[in-house]
Amino acid sequence: MSALETTDATRRPFSGRRVRFGDTLLQVVAGSAAVVIAVIVGLIAYELFQGAHLSISTYGLGFFTHNIWDPVKDHYAVGVFLFGTVVTSVGALVLATPLALAIALFLSELAPGWLRGIVGALVETLAAIPSVVIGLWGIVVLVPLMHDHIDPALNSTLGWIPLFGPSTGGANYFTAIVVLTLMITPIIASLSRELFLGVPRELKEAALGLGTTRWEMVRGVILPYTRGGVTAAMILGLGRALGEAIAVSQVVGGGTIISANLFSQGDTMGSKIATQFLNSASTLEKSSLVYLGLILLVSSLGVNLLAQLIVRRSSRRLSGG
Amino acid sequence: MSATDLSVFGRPNDRLRRRRIVNRGVEVIAWAAAAVGVALLGILVGYVAQNGASKLNLSLFTNPGTPDAVTSVPQGLANAFAGSLVIVGIATAMALPFGILVAIYVSEFAPRAIKGFVNLVLDVVAGIPAIVVAIFVYGLVEVGHGQTGLAASFALAVIMLPFVARSTIEILALVPNSLREAGLGLGVPRWRTTVGVVLPQAIGGILTGSVLAIARVAGETAPVLILTSLVGQGIAWNPLHPLWTVPLAIYELSESGLPNDRATAWAGAFVLIMFILVVSLTARWFAARSRRKLGRSA
Repeated sequence: MSALETTDATRRPFSGRRVRFGDTLLQVVAGSAAVVIAVIVGLIAYELFQGAHLSISTYGLGFFTHNIWDPVKDHYAVGVFLFGTVVTSVGALVLATPLALAIALFLSELAPGWLRGIVGALVETLAAIPSVVIGLWGIVVLVPLMHDHIDPALNSTLGWIPLFGPSTGGANYFTAIVVLTLMITPIIASLSRELFLGVPRELKEAALGLGTTRWEMVRGVILPYTRGGVTAAMILGLGRALGEAIAVSQVVGGGTIISANLFSQGDTMGSKIATQFLNSASTLEKSSLVYLGLILLVSSLGVNLLAQLIVRRSSRRLSGG
Repeated sequence: MSATDLSVFGRPNDRLRRRRIVNRGVEVIAWAAAAVGVALLGILVGYVAQNGASKLNLSLFTNPGTPDAVTSVPQGLANAFAGSLVIVGIATAMALPFGILVAIYVSEFAPRAIKGFVNLVLDVVAGIPAIVVAIFVYGLVEVGHGQTGLAASFALAVIMLPFVARSTIEILALVPNSLREAGLGLGVPRWRTTVGVVLPQAIGGILTGSVLAIARVAGETAPVLILTSLVGQGIAWNPLHPLWTVPLAIYELSESGLPNDRATAWAGAFVLIMFILVVSLTARWFAARSRRKLGRSA
């Protein structure tokens, strides 16, 4: 502390003692707030590791490879929920990406000025709707619609693909995919729009000046230029879908069977925690649910850092080239 | 001979036509995608408005309700509104000063390397799923008290924090450096420059950012489900007990098969959505205005 004060004094010879004290105070208070955030991240990891400890020491890595969640036998493994999480979030990403990129291209290249602001605001508004409301709409509107029309239609036309088997109820993986698509499309769209708008005008005009059509300009200039950022936006959307618990738990049906059929009932890690955490039968089940949370935490950290890495690398490539 | 000539001239024309058709096709797809996006929002809000607005009456705000009561009498949500108010209020009181302090540190004091690190940590916290934050806080408080509204407030504050901090950092970056330099050049100490010159310039933007963060967590369901869901009857205000909240009410009532419960869920969703839409659209408008103002003075 005294070392800090002397360097301060030498740096600013005119400032009095109280002044230095005020500067140091604000810096220390604000700095410790920043430290506390880092501590919270560490604390979250520690707390989840502690909570999951019983389950980790009981099952170890076998938790990932087995497929059982049986409160009666008091035996648990993540298999089916890992499967459900991957299927629903990857499915949502597959549906959302083309839709979001098309919306972003519309907003950045095609829309007339007056429409741009309105549609942009509406898409952002869609992102602000709470997941529980989307879930309510999912239960009341989407689930019956899926059960009565969409699932049978897909089954009869595309039934030869194992993904579109016979439907066993409107609340299923596919409905969860649709709900997640609704939630992550605006995220990917608004991030991509920013990226598309950031493409230097000279590059676009050069391409158009060479006689390309607008689509060829998009494919040849905008998409390669923003590739890194768009990938990062997709990864962030995936991260959001991985961790969504509430809306998924409302429409995914609940179940513990792994099946290629998207029209079967299941659970994701998030939805299992949401529905089961307060009803867990034993300390081992609760600990296993915290283990699910720990897996979610690690994957969300990994997803975020990966997105950061990609953005950093691609911005370096762009500024270097 | 003339036939070959024609094909020589014909081919590029064909190609050009094909390129134009592809281009037009993609443009139509992009227009359609935007229409789908807007239509989805319209359908969602339309359903909520249609089902919610008709059930909207004074008793919704004055009568308490519980999810367990199997009754044909329409319930109110007074206790849910009270709980949301208390829990989100406390969360805001925790996250706001904290987030602003972090932003001040990052934009006014931190060396470059630490700045990057804190930004990274903020991104990481923003990316942690709400349900994970919820079981983290559950693990923290489980030992002592079990469920309380205060625990949910803390979880919501953790979720809010990166939003408040990041929007404040963005706004502080817009405050022109000439103002800071003018303050320091007059011999005003750094902390007084920050508190007396920089913050007042940015206060409008900071407040809109905070309001957006409030709108974001008001609909957050996972933390209130895990941390404050086992509620008693009637309206309660004490955050040391579990309190019912609007998103949780929607969640629980949506699972019920009774038409009256569903109607109450729609009404709750309507109020929640209207709150979020009005707040975020107004805040966006203010944000655009204060950004313009800061931009002009730069």
